[in-house]
Order: sequence, then structure tokens, then C-alpha cells
Amino acid sequence: MNISRRHILVLLPAAAVAWKHVLAGTPEDSPNYKMSDHWWGMLIDIPKCIGCGNCVRACQTENDVPDGNFRTWVERYHVSDYHLENPEVISPDGGKEGFPAVKVGDEGKYFFVPKMCNHCSDSPCTQVCPVGATFVAPDGVVLIDPKYCLGCAYCVQACPYGCRYIHPTKKVADKCTLCYHRITKGLTTACCEACPTGARQLADLKNPKDPIHEFLKTHAVQVLKPQMATGAKAFYNGLDGSVR
Amino acid sequence: MSGVEGYMYPNEVTLYWSVLIVLYPYITGLVAGAFILASLVRVFRVQAVAPTYRLALLTALSFLLVAPLPLQFHLGHPERSPEMYFTPHATSAMAMFGYVYLWYLMAVLVFEIWLDYRREIVVRSQQTKGLLRLIYKVMTLGSNNISERSLHIDERVGWVVTLIGIPSAFLLHGYVGFIFGSIKANPWWSSPLMPVVFIFSAMVSGIAGVMLLYMAMTKLRKQTIDIKCVDTIAMYMFYIFIIDFSLEMLDLVHRIYEADESFRSLDFMVHSKLFFSQIVLQICLGTLLPLVLLFLAQVVKFSEIVRKRIYVFCGSMILISVFAMRWNVVIGGQLFSKSFLGYTTYKVDLVTKEGLLVAIGFLILPLLFLWALLKLLPPWPEPSSHQAASGD
Repeated sequence: MNISRRHILVLLPAAAVAWKHVLAGTPEDSPNYKMSDHWWGMLIDIPKCIGCGNCVRACQTENDVPDGNFRTWVERYHVSDYHLENPEVISPDGGKEGFPAVKVGDEGKYFFVPKMCNHCSDSPCTQVCPVGATFVAPDGVVLIDPKYCLGCAYCVQACPYGCRYIHPTKKVADKCTLCYHRITKGLTTACCEACPTGARQLADLKNPKDPIHEFLKTHAVQVLKPQMATGAKAFYNGLDGSVR
Repeated sequence: MSGVEGYMYPNEVTLYWSVLIVLYPYITGLVAGAFILASLVRVFRVQAVAPTYRLALLTALSFLLVAPLPLQFHLGHPERSPEMYFTPHATSAMAMFGYVYLWYLMAVLVFEIWLDYRREIVVRSQQTKGLLRLIYKVMTLGSNNISERSLHIDERVGWVVTLIGIPSAFLLHGYVGFIFGSIKANPWWSSPLMPVVFIFSAMVSGIAGVMLLYMAMTKLRKQTIDIKCVDTIAMYMFYIFIIDFSLEMLDLVHRIYEADESFRSLDFMVHSKLFFSQIVLQICLGTLLPLVLLFLAQVVKFSEIVRKRIYVFCGSMILISVFAMRWNVVIGGQLFSKSFLGYTTYKVDLVTKEGLLVAIGFLILPLLFLWALLKLLPPWPEPSSHQAASGD
């Protein structure tokens, strides 16, 4: 095909307009982002979670998570008064489309627990990776280099929280990145942004102005499976003892 | 969700370590066990089992050559596996695999076999013709001196290599146990006893494997099975099996008595999903039955033919039992949820990359390697005419 000067005159402005649209949907680059200035975590306020599944859907859309795998999911606990240690837990399709209605008259209590990578500072998954493809970044986020990962799944076995999976097409380990592409540009995570009740809040523990500090001072906050001593940074408010 | 009982974390429903990962500790176990049998002759001077010495070394090498293949097939990106050598992650138990493997293969096994066979290799490089001659020439590595003094040095060095080889064999297989035993997230695996149990079960399986190979090959070669040899092997197998079983029972009793938060979940799994492979196959048929029979063979004066049959049966059952043990560890460790609230199911594929046919192939491949090695480096002297005629 011969491209004449007339073609170029038409195409160039069109390309410029298209490129402007692309840029409009892209957060600004943050060349000034310093990893050592941050120590990221997540605050999960259980009493605020309504189990709508917005966070799961937002995560799947934002991060192109394959069907059947989850970077985040929501569980619904039913703790009977008589079986405190054996809760009944469901998470249909990761809670993506919400939950079935509770039976009227059911005794015990019901509550929702959002789950995700705990971005542990002493993470067992990074410990076992044979090539160091997964690592704790200086800002506290546990990441995976997909160009380096062997896909051996040792990290999947080592994670006490079931947060990792092998990507069915990329054949590498995958999990929550705390929306690293967003938080390094000054945005919050997709799940936090989509949560209608503020049950999830991104927290920067190195930022003295972050409300997390006040929250931690005034609330009884726990991490999942503290006996694992992983230095988990997903902080749960209102965590019931039956939650695993 | 199909195949799921109770609640599994959503990412746990699929098992990522398949039957190929079961094969890996099984095969390395056979290697370690076969080498330990060889070391009985070389280091501990148990001359009764000398007829199996070279066969044990070649068996160990055949299986060791295949050991990394199931891992390669399992990896999502096998082309990146050399990174484990170039950029190993110091805190990872798995990262050391390459080094331990290479050390054991090259510095111990190949070196010992070369030293042991050097005289024959040199002689054959002079007596054979064509391609074989070239192969033997290469195998001499330019070392053609087979004087008495030179062979004496080979003998001394070989002894030292075997001596180093014993802890190396323990390292190779103990380390495999450590890969599982060090996963604190998984209570089915997490145990300091795991490497020790792996080592002892490895010794039993390797010894049983070589014993069966020795008996089968002697039959095929129409030679007489050295009954003193197999009696001695069976005796060692029996004692080591007792230690192995005691360790496994210690682990079991400890879990039952301690009954921590995971116990209810694991107990249910053993009584349901793993009932056949663990209770029936591994413990009853594969351990208690051979132990009773081997014990009887020690205390009752059976005839030679009965003893041989007992040994063949027990050896076969031990191989099955140790495979079942590896299965129960690897697959069992992924069948329950880390929430301790549910169970998933493992369905073995047939023709996929990690399927049953590939697994069977990896169990046959070492035997093909062994066949080639036996042709190249016969472990027994050429039979004289009257021996060949006598048979067994």
C-alpha cells in the first residue's frame, strides 16, 4: 500500500487523539517513588465487610486473574454456638457474585472475611523459592518476577494462607501484588477502591500521617495464623478466633 | 465444587504436585538405598553381599540419571531450571538440589564406578573394535595404567569415595525429606523426623530393589542365586525396615497423642482419602506382612526355595509400600485444606505431561539405562561353560 502525504495528514492527528485517550486512562508515572519510603500493608475491617464481592470482581478485572483462581476472595463464616472450633465456611466462586441468603432462624453468628496475600515480612514463600523469583520488595510488598519463576509450585505449598496458584497459561506462580502498578503511582488498590464500605484500606506503615497508626492504637487488630510467625501485614479488625 | 468436601481455600482445589513429584523421592530413595548396599561391601566389608556390589552401583547410577526428569517435566518453565545452578536462592532447600545431585552423581557415583571398572575399561578399549572401542577409549579418560600399583591406588581412592558417598547418599535423600519436612504451613509434612524417615525408607527400598534385580538377573543368566548373599541382604533389609517402621510409628503416635489443631483433619483424611494407600497398602500389606515374613525367615529354618520366594514377595511388597509412603506424603499433604475444614481429590491424568503414562515411563527408563550399563560394564564375570549349564 502506498502511503501518500494526504494519508499521513489524516492518520497522524487520529493517532495523536487515540494516544491521548490511552494516556488519559493511565496513571501518571511516579519517577519519584522511593521504595524505601514505604512499608505497605492492608487493613481489613471485618465488621464492615458486607460480602458484596466487589473487591473480588475488581481484582479479577484489574489484574486479569484467570477463572478459578483468586488473588483475593471473600469467605462467609457461620460459627455455631455449639461448635466454636468448627465453623462452617463457604466462598462460592471466591465470593465474586455474593453469597446465598442465610436461613431464617439459624443459630450462631455469620460474618465475612476477605482474604488475600498477607505480604508477610518473613514470608515462607520467598524463603523456599529456589531461584529467588519471589521476593519481599524494600517497600514490603511480596512480588513475583514472572520472567524468572520456574513454576515449581514450592511457594504454593509453603504459603499457609492458600494465596498462591500457578497461572494456567503463564505457568508461573501468581498472587496479589497489592496492585503494585497502582500503588507506586499514588493510587490505592483495585479492591480498596471498589469496596463500598471501606472494609479494606491500603496502609503505609512508614507514613506517619497514615490513619492506620491511629486505627492500630485504638482497635484490637490481629493477623491470620499468628502461630506461623510470618510477619503478616494484612491486619484484621474484629477477627473471630474461629477464622483460619 | 466437584471433588471437594467441606471448605478448601479456592486456590487449594487443584493439586500442583502430581504423581511425578511422588516419583522424585521414590527414585532418589532407590539410588540412596542401592548405594548403601554397595557400601556394605566396600566400607563395611560385608563380603556375603559382594555379588551385588557392582549391580548396586550401576542400579544407583541408572536411577540417578532419571531422578531429575520428573522434576523437569513438572516445572512450568523447565528451560529456566539452570537458574537453580547459576542464581540459587540461599534460603531455599530446593535450590541446593542441583548441587547435591551433581555432587552425588559426578563426585561419588560416577567416580566410584569408574575407579572400580577402570581395569576392565582399559582392557576392553584394547580388545574391542569399532564404536565400542571408541566408547571405552573415551571412558578411560586417558588413564591406561593398570599396573598393580595403579590398581592398588584405585582401590584406596575408591574406598575413600565410598566412605564420602555414605553421608552423601544420606544428604541426597535426607535433603529430599527436608524439602517436605521444613514446610511449616503443612502439618502433614512439617516434622523433623521426615528426613530421617525418608533416609531409612530409602535404604529399605534400594536394598529391596537391588536384591530383586540380582535374583531376576541371576535367573535370566541361568546362574545360581547366592543364597548366603540374599539371606544377608534380607537380614539387613529386615533390621533397617524395623528402624524405618519404628520411626514412622513414633511420628504417628506423637501426632495422635499430641492431637494438635490439625489432628482431626488429618485423622479424617487417613481414615477416608488415604485409607487404602496408607492403612491397607503401606502399613498392613507393605510393612507388617513383610516384617512378619522376614522375621520368620530369620528364626525358622525354611528351605532355600521358600526363603527365596519369601524374599521376592517381601522385596516386591517393600517397593510398593515405599512408593505408597511417598504417595501418601506428597499427595496426602495436598488433599486437605490448610484451613483444616475440607478436602479435595486428586485424579491422576493418563496421557498429559504429568500423567500416569509418563510416570510409568520414568519407572521403566532407569531399567533401560541399567540394561545399557550392564551391556557396557558387565558387573559379573563371564560365565564359564559348566556354570552356565548348571542353572538354578
